[in-house]
Amino acid sequence: MSIDQFKYSRIPPEAEALRGEVRAFLADALKDYPPIRRADSWMGFDAEFSRRLGAQGWVGMALPKAYGGGDASPFARYVVIEELLAAGAPVSAHWFADRQSGPQILHYGTDAQRDRHLPAICRGEQYFCIGMSEPNSGSDLASINTRAVRKGDKWIINGQKVWTTNAHRSHYMIALVRTGENSKRQEGLSQFIIDLSLPGITIRPIKDLTGSEHFNEVFFDDLEVGDDAIIGTEGQGWSQVTAELAFERSGPERFLSSIALLHTLIDAVGKHPDALQAKEIGRLAARLVTLRHMSLAVTAQLAAGKNPAWEASVVKDLGAVFEQEIPELAQLLCELPPTSAGGCDHAQVLAYLTQMGPSFSLRGGTREILRGIIARGLGLR
Amino acid sequence: MREIFDSTLERLFSDLVTTDVVLAAEGGNWPVELWQNIEESGFTMALVPEELGGAGASWADVCGIIRLCGRFNLPVPLPEAMLANWLLGASGLEGVAGTLSFASGGDLRIENGAVSGSVAGVPWGIQVSRIVAIAQGKVPTVVLLPVEAANLEPGANTAAEARDTLVFASVEPLAKAVLPAVLDLDVLKTGGAMLRAAQIAGALETALNLTTAYAGERVQFGKAIGSFQAIQHQIAVLSEHAAASVMAAEAAFAESGESFAVLPVMAAKICASEAAGIAAGVAHGVHGAIGFTHEHALHLTTRRLWSWRSEYGSLTDWSQLLGRAICAGGSGALWPAITCGTLAAPKDVTV
Repeated sequence: MSIDQFKYSRIPPEAEALRGEVRAFLADALKDYPPIRRADSWMGFDAEFSRRLGAQGWVGMALPKAYGGGDASPFARYVVIEELLAAGAPVSAHWFADRQSGPQILHYGTDAQRDRHLPAICRGEQYFCIGMSEPNSGSDLASINTRAVRKGDKWIINGQKVWTTNAHRSHYMIALVRTGENSKRQEGLSQFIIDLSLPGITIRPIKDLTGSEHFNEVFFDDLEVGDDAIIGTEGQGWSQVTAELAFERSGPERFLSSIALLHTLIDAVGKHPDALQAKEIGRLAARLVTLRHMSLAVTAQLAAGKNPAWEASVVKDLGAVFEQEIPELAQLLCELPPTSAGGCDHAQVLAYLTQMGPSFSLRGGTREILRGIIARGLGLR
Repeated sequence: MREIFDSTLERLFSDLVTTDVVLAAEGGNWPVELWQNIEESGFTMALVPEELGGAGASWADVCGIIRLCGRFNLPVPLPEAMLANWLLGASGLEGVAGTLSFASGGDLRIENGAVSGSVAGVPWGIQVSRIVAIAQGKVPTVVLLPVEAANLEPGANTAAEARDTLVFASVEPLAKAVLPAVLDLDVLKTGGAMLRAAQIAGALETALNLTTAYAGERVQFGKAIGSFQAIQHQIAVLSEHAAASVMAAEAAFAESGESFAVLPVMAAKICASEAAGIAAGVAHGVHGAIGFTHEHALHLTTRRLWSWRSEYGSLTDWSQLLGRAICAGGSGALWPAITCGTLAAPKDVTV
């Protein structure tokens, strides 16, 4: 680890040039989109919107043209996704495929896997979920029990995944599964691309505390998949998953989850804030500026082929604190009680994001796991 | 240029900025050898254009220098001299050698070519021979003033760094020029805030290094205290804030040129000022009683953090300024301001 890895990186002009086009598209596409839906951020699912983005060339845009992508730089993709998130566009349908599964299939996949998935991902038509957590394996991911056993040229998979965002609306899951017994728990794990329409799979949405259905439990009962379902190398699942994490933890979705509330707060406060309102809104804006610079610095490292796992954990932990602070401050700064029915836009968004807040430091790695990674980078573990 | 600057200065500081030198300076002993070496290396003139006697470096080139000043608790006004000389150069005046600082705020006026009024909290005021300031008059004027002509009221911050009040009564400046149109009256406050943000970032690196090292050495309950999760997580938080402060300072320097990039500078001072208190708390908590002694070097860093966060605008001061600007623009102007890096984002572009 090194703090000096946070080098200031400007978005290159050719990537920056995309911004106006994306804003114009969103101004039109979202003109009647209310704040409470914008508050869904990257949890908002709208397949039609994802297909429209795909038609614009803004899904899987960093993938090669040969597979339907745009050969765009990581910074061009960054401009597009941060504009989508800042506007509160419903990006959830294609989000995981665009961020994680697409790049992973490009990196580790066979030609057949690339052909099967990448063009459809880029069209905004093929959606992925990520199967990691299990009932007894949350933060301790290496303890997973879902097992694939080889039978001829097939694999038989049994077990259960849980907290799988979008499983009920995705076409495929990339699942981390145990394929061998080794003395070291991290060995003998493999990743499978599982077609969720196959027999032997049961998907049950789990309502979250707001009553919404984002995540699921997924059961595999003698699920039969071909050898070609393995992505990457048998037994290398752990290192493949670890390599994904820097992508998963440093993007703008790790500090923009409450941006819709910051927007409604500014308007609720009005043009003449009192001393406390001005101070806290200014402080939040300063933190937003800095988190974005940090996130872009990690993007530059990823673009250079490095693995900035430490830096990504720093961004995600600070980002989650920021995202969770916004609802807390919003309710301190305005005498507008949160409302889940009726009330103004701000009161509704406040109610929603106050309730969503706890998940921000759980999903993608808990605060405790991240601080553990950071401490290890400092040489303390 | 930056790498040469940083490596040269790091060697020089490693040799000459020892704990003894810092403590002696806090006791009022000017470190003659250290200052001589710095001046001979030309760093005080780094930001002056070449045709005015300097090295023609940009703010982006010198962020590392200012961070190093913070990391080493440098007990002489190198950051101050660099800013003062930058303003002289930016105003078309020649950079000056010798001990130099600057004053922001105050009520200096220039009438008939003579400056009157007072300035407070001048860093190293009584220890330098000249200061740069801005005096109001028919037009705002950059002035180079001789300290020997001022009445002095000594003061000091929590780290015993001189922060003095200077009173001028009809003193003729050694040099003067109209403040360039691209600069506003607060330019020295903004510049001072950017310097302190980078010094804080450097000091946080030292706080982190000392704390991590101590947690690895100190054994209690049969093991290094750094192996306890409660300690690890506190130090992780310290490192996050150090990283954020470094990033914010780097962005502010990189975006500043002929004038200061106000939004990134605000962000840098706000983030650094918040980080200072958090970091000092963690560092002292982990060090225990030994870190509270005069003998241990930790206080050289934390006592500076406790003052630098307040100098040239506190967290509250800058946050309120920024918050008012953001509220005045309404929610639609926030995101364009963030992506442009300036508060004067085009009004027609909204999210």
